[in-house]
Amino acid sequence: MNIVADGLRVDYGTVRAVDGVTFSLDGGKIYGLLGRNGSGKTSLLSVLAAFRKQSGGTVRVGGRPVFENADVTRDICLIRDAGETVDIGTAADALDFAEWLRPNWDAEYAHALMDRFALKRNANVKAMSKGQRSALGVVVGLASRAPLTMFDESYIGMDAPARYAFYDALLADYMEHPRTIILSTHLIGEVSSLFEEVLIINRGRLLLHERSETLLARGTSVTGPVAAVDAFTTGLTVLNTDRLGPTKVAMVYGDLDETSRRKAVEAGLELGPIAMQDLFVRLTDPDPATLNAPVPTEPAGEVR
Amino acid sequence: MFDDQSPIYRQIADRIKTEVLNGTLSGGDQVMSTNRYAAFYRINPATAAKAFQQLVDEGVLYKKRGIGMFVSPDAREALRTRRRESFFAEVVAPMVAEAKVIGIPLTDIVKRINELEEHA
Repeated sequence: MNIVADGLRVDYGTVRAVDGVTFSLDGGKIYGLLGRNGSGKTSLLSVLAAFRKQSGGTVRVGGRPVFENADVTRDICLIRDAGETVDIGTAADALDFAEWLRPNWDAEYAHALMDRFALKRNANVKAMSKGQRSALGVVVGLASRAPLTMFDESYIGMDAPARYAFYDALLADYMEHPRTIILSTHLIGEVSSLFEEVLIINRGRLLLHERSETLLARGTSVTGPVAAVDAFTTGLTVLNTDRLGPTKVAMVYGDLDETSRRKAVEAGLELGPIAMQDLFVRLTDPDPATLNAPVPTEPAGEVR
Repeated sequence: MFDDQSPIYRQIADRIKTEVLNGTLSGGDQVMSTNRYAAFYRINPATAAKAFQQLVDEGVLYKKRGIGMFVSPDAREALRTRRRESFFAEVVAPMVAEAKVIGIPLTDIVKRINELEEHA
């Protein structure tokens, strides 16, 4: 299910939460949506799910506008952090409601997931722990098999084994029933290997949209004697530097060709990759003084 | 699971090559599907597919439409030839450099290699 946002804006009174976001997602992939707290992730997802109307711009899912369009919204499932089922009664009621709402609902799969997360059908949702409610949200989100499924920090309160059970189930079910999945998360280190493409939003704007491997290939750590590192990184975009005595580590952002890589190694420098989480932290750093050159602006919404 | 020093797809490709070299996988064997690899390593199937594509490009694997991926009959020999070509640059040169840094005479290395050969 493809998603096209054009100049999307969300205002809360005088506060602009989403500030002219434009992108185009082909669909059928797992997308990571990353952003710091308050960057506009949840507002953006709420508009994609038609939970809220945008203040400006357009969004089309499968070519159709989403707001107050039931034909489209039944194909869109957004699971928010504590699940969307808090006031519904028991877990069984939540599943029944989802079954009524979702044309692709798989009840058998839902039951298997309930067992996997050790959730009881007769448990009152209100009396559940935060982690259990999140897990119930995950069950609803996965078993809905909605062509566009979005999880907005749906892991809150889940312990590590439950989160890994979520990631494994998500991946397995995505492979068996390919669909468009958007994961918004702060636990980037845990899930980044699941993303085929990544969108980073920062202060309401789209900072980049890339294939994961393209983004990762763009980050290189350069380690070695201070003078050699400085000489090599002159003119390059350096996201961050660290020093330990005579050794310096520079985080370089940008494509390094074979020639410059060879030069670095000949100069006695060590080159290494940078984890997506570290790239994210530096690229969204609110203090531009840490950058010695501006981050190259990406053509928003285009994946190369 | 991964060493973080190279892209995941390259590490998967390297692992399969190692399995071909040490005989765990033989020519004509079918390798696990990209989905099995993806689930096992908890990675996006596109990443696993990229590893397979690299191995197809290098002639280590070949695709049978609708069935899966198989080890090329001459994959082991081709990989051995390629590793032999890079052996001196990638294995011997760093060893010699390391020996120089820590002060091991090259004659000691040669002596040790001969001992190992006698015991083998």
